[in-house]
Amino acid sequence: MKAKVHVTLKSGVLDPQGKAVQNALTGLGFGGVDSVRQGKYIELDLEETDAERARESVDAMCRQLLANTVIENYHIDIEG
Amino acid sequence: MKSAVIVFPGSNCDRDVAVALEQSTGRAPVMHWHGDPQLPDVDLIVLPGGFSYGDYLRAGAMAAHATSVMPTVVERARKGVRVLGICNGFQVLTEAGLLPGALMRNTNLSYVCRDVWLRVENNRTPFTEGYGLAQVVRIPVAHHDGNYYADDATLKHLADKDRVAFRYCDRDGGFRAPDNPNGSRDNIAGIFNESGTVLGLMPHPERLADPRLGGTDGRPMFDALARALG
Repeated sequence: MKAKVHVTLKSGVLDPQGKAVQNALTGLGFGGVDSVRQGKYIELDLEETDAERARESVDAMCRQLLANTVIENYHIDIEG
Repeated sequence: MKSAVIVFPGSNCDRDVAVALEQSTGRAPVMHWHGDPQLPDVDLIVLPGGFSYGDYLRAGAMAAHATSVMPTVVERARKGVRVLGICNGFQVLTEAGLLPGALMRNTNLSYVCRDVWLRVENNRTPFTEGYGLAQVVRIPVAHHDGNYYADDATLKHLADKDRVAFRYCDRDGGFRAPDNPNGSRDNIAGIFNESGTVLGLMPHPERLADPRLGGTDGRPMFDALARALG
């Protein structure tokens, strides 16, 4: 199975990189961008064939390593 | 006093801190490779500055979670062995859960490499008793991810429990925005764990511990540790 993990900063945590990207977009003439939040996208190929077990396993990976839950949230999509 | 410096792939201040430790203690520290879980019995463990694992994933994450020695470091720290994390070492300590909060990208997005002023906020620990309370010292920083973040409740707890070791300040010990080099909340440059036995800080005391390097404001930390730990 394939797991797709999005790691994003928690709301309330300042994102200076996102802010810089927003300013750059404005500078390039793209109006109406109210905010930019930058995150990470991680793809995992798994041997596991059961979606439920795959999700549990990736959830543990996120809590232990892939995300820092002090500052980040994560979202997991499992695909067959 | 026996000490060990943990060496990760990408550490680059391991030798500097070893020189500072030997100067103050008269004894060279053990240089301990991260892949060896058999850490000798020591009184002080140092996690040095650098860019362990090239800051892959997050600064300090791989060193904290994927090295053989870290479970031993965490276990010893929980037993009260003194642990000092400098720069990347501070990042590793937060990632490993030995200190609260996280070190994020500097708010100005720049790598900051210069001397900063620090105010000593708690001088009643073996790390800081060589300084006066509210003494202003000059110590270099060199980092891209030194922006200390913790939520409001954690910041209040740190302040209430006197767990802030150093704050970025101006030459006179006051706080103005330009004197915070990285955007750290509450100007925090270094913090202790609950029992005051673990210190993490972004600035590099080992880089100004010899007059030939242009200053000695970092030396009292190593002298104090040598006195306290015998």
